[in-house]
Amino acid sequence: MADGAQDAAQIMTGAEMVVKALADQGVEVVFGYPGGAVLPIYDEIFKQNKIHHILVRHEQGATHMAEGYARSTGKPGVVLVTSGPGATNAVTGMTDALMDSIPMVVLSGQVPTFMIGNDAFQEADTIGITRPCTKHNWLVKETDKLAETIHQAFHVCTTGRPGPVLVDIPKDVQFASGTYTPKPDAPTGHYAPQTRGNEEMVMAAVEMIETAERPILYSGGGVINSGPEASRLLRELAAETGFPVTSTLMGLGAYPASGPAWLGMLGMHGTYEANMAMHGCDAMFCIGARFDDRITGRLDAFSPGSRKAHIDIDPSSINKNIHVDVPIIGDVGTVLAQILEKWRERGSKTMVDGVDRWWNQITGWKAVNCLSFTPSAKTIKPQHALQRLEELTKDMDRYVTTEVGQHQMWAAQFMGFEDPNRWMTSGGLGTMGYGLPASIGVQVAHPDSLVINVAGEASWLMVMQEMGTAVQYRLPVKQFILNNERLGMVRQWQELLHGERYSHSWSEALPDFVKLAEAFGCKGIKCDNPDDLDEAIQEMLAYDGPVIFDCLVEKHENCFPMIPSGKAHNEMLLGEAETQGAIGSTGAVLV
Amino acid sequence: MNALSLKPGSSRKSAYNLRNPLSEGEERHTLSVLVDNEPGVLARVIGLFSGRGYNIESLTVAETDHRGHRSRITIVTSGTPAVIQQIHHQLERMVPVYAVTDLTAVGAHVERELGLIKVCCEGEKRLEAMRLAEIMNARVVDVTLNSFVFELSDVPEQIDAFAELMRPLGLVEIARTGVAALSRGAEGMD
Repeated sequence: MADGAQDAAQIMTGAEMVVKALADQGVEVVFGYPGGAVLPIYDEIFKQNKIHHILVRHEQGATHMAEGYARSTGKPGVVLVTSGPGATNAVTGMTDALMDSIPMVVLSGQVPTFMIGNDAFQEADTIGITRPCTKHNWLVKETDKLAETIHQAFHVCTTGRPGPVLVDIPKDVQFASGTYTPKPDAPTGHYAPQTRGNEEMVMAAVEMIETAERPILYSGGGVINSGPEASRLLRELAAETGFPVTSTLMGLGAYPASGPAWLGMLGMHGTYEANMAMHGCDAMFCIGARFDDRITGRLDAFSPGSRKAHIDIDPSSINKNIHVDVPIIGDVGTVLAQILEKWRERGSKTMVDGVDRWWNQITGWKAVNCLSFTPSAKTIKPQHALQRLEELTKDMDRYVTTEVGQHQMWAAQFMGFEDPNRWMTSGGLGTMGYGLPASIGVQVAHPDSLVINVAGEASWLMVMQEMGTAVQYRLPVKQFILNNERLGMVRQWQELLHGERYSHSWSEALPDFVKLAEAFGCKGIKCDNPDDLDEAIQEMLAYDGPVIFDCLVEKHENCFPMIPSGKAHNEMLLGEAETQGAIGSTGAVLV
Repeated sequence: MNALSLKPGSSRKSAYNLRNPLSEGEERHTLSVLVDNEPGVLARVIGLFSGRGYNIESLTVAETDHRGHRSRITIVTSGTPAVIQQIHHQLERMVPVYAVTDLTAVGAHVERELGLIKVCCEGEKRLEAMRLAEIMNARVVDVTLNSFVFELSDVPEQIDAFAELMRPLGLVEIARTGVAALSRGAEGMD
């Protein structure tokens, strides 16, 4: 083809560019909702069948679906929304993705360039509003720049610490013609985070491994974001050193729950053994985690006797909350490979005797059996419901999402994850309403797998309209609602902190979930008897379609163990008996 | 405040220290930030400071490389060493940021600020204002029968000092640019 003809082939409208750029980026699915300012793009979507569009019921749903999709595949989730309310409704999901480092590309329509600033219909300063809740965002004012901007958006959101990005596209830019920039020709700019760790620091970490007598590997969501190789290397490191492993909420599955080194999740509702090991260790290896306040508890009493190494791709995570001795800036997978290589070169040494003594101590902590609860023959205990769900589904090709609250913590405690990308939850932002749309996003990516959303009734109601999406696209997501007719975690805090004054923390006027399911055109199951539970769960699993499972559970169950706000890891509450006056006035200020 | 205590790092002979004293453990740092001059880049940087509760004592920005569309932002900020390090890293990870240099940490650097000071006075006070301006190396850039606008390019403390000298003589208003700074020596940061 002559040059001229080739150039001519690259001339197209902005709307055509959007669809072509997405296809060039390998995008298979877009979660979106049409509106005035994106109609040209929707027209192009209509004319093709490469990219599958999922029509959501609310733009917040689209963003959480994209998160579920991204978290379960490692690929960026793509969202398409209109201007004004379309974009503002997407803000919660973008903030959520920013906090949890989830790659997401949001394309938003904007009023035409000549109307920007005039308070036009459905105009909002989307770039201004989303600046603090994206990793970066762009307003495209020329059609010629549109394709390269979209390509750069994908580059930025997947490079370094992943996160959401937004491209705001005025309607006249979508209509006008320009030259398409193919992906390989698009400038990626100077954004290139460091992925390889500093050799000197890697060496220091190796020496820490060799000299540690009470070590702990504390892994986080960064291991999962780094890719399957990072999880594999973490497992190798744990297996070859014999060091115990704990993980944040976001990192569950990077190390298998059935693995011999597994201590369970750490933090506010983590296990006794994990938190005691964090407190008592002499060498802490923080791998792709960020010393969040849910993990550290009281900062000045956090793991007082340990040297700390921290691997993180984001330099601003280093020394933000906790001062570390060995900071290593780089990609978790790359740095773990560097560490393992150096350590093996030097003979794979550890302080075997010391580590053995450490394990004896940990075994003692494990014997406390911190996740025990008082069973009941009459009412379904939420922990029991999750134990049964776990037992009946653990060998299946299974993905789990959650909403936010007590049920989320119980799911993290009672369900085991053997692989990365199998557990999707809103960690940093704690967004109620995340789980249902996230489960839809996961199911879109894995149509033949079992996808369960462990929910609380209050969270679930926040975005329940997305059941319509599940039904429309025949996505057989299982909504496992632990219904205690309470905002359980709020209620628990009011009990511990506010003299049992339960201000607005119960779910009044709840719908009949079985009838609700029927109204949506899916299956509803209700269960309130422990004896019927297994059968009801089996019925849910056997049904080839979306299910809303209304599991009526004990109303006043509290989630233990718990590190009360403002307390240290070794001051955990293990059960009801210890809760009286557990949180001081300084702790009460914390969230 | 002890008027005679010199701020650490003051290079000039000024006996005035009119800046707010720093809290215990806090340091004042001058950061130089090279950025793509794209729309909203300043809002991004300012949003980072306000969103995370960092201080901005002064901020200057202008495109310094027209061909490469790059701007240099000079920020004077204060905080504990840990906070200053956070600010450095938070700036560095922003997508349109090319390079961040903590000039205070690097060491030798020059800082200059431009101030315009309007003074309204007559008679003896006029002569005194002129005399002080000469001592302080301020230039007259506008003059009427009862007013001056002086221009002074110096370290911020000197501009503070000059303004305070003008106050009893009839200070009307001040405009200041904030600090621009470069490291000493042959090396550039980009």
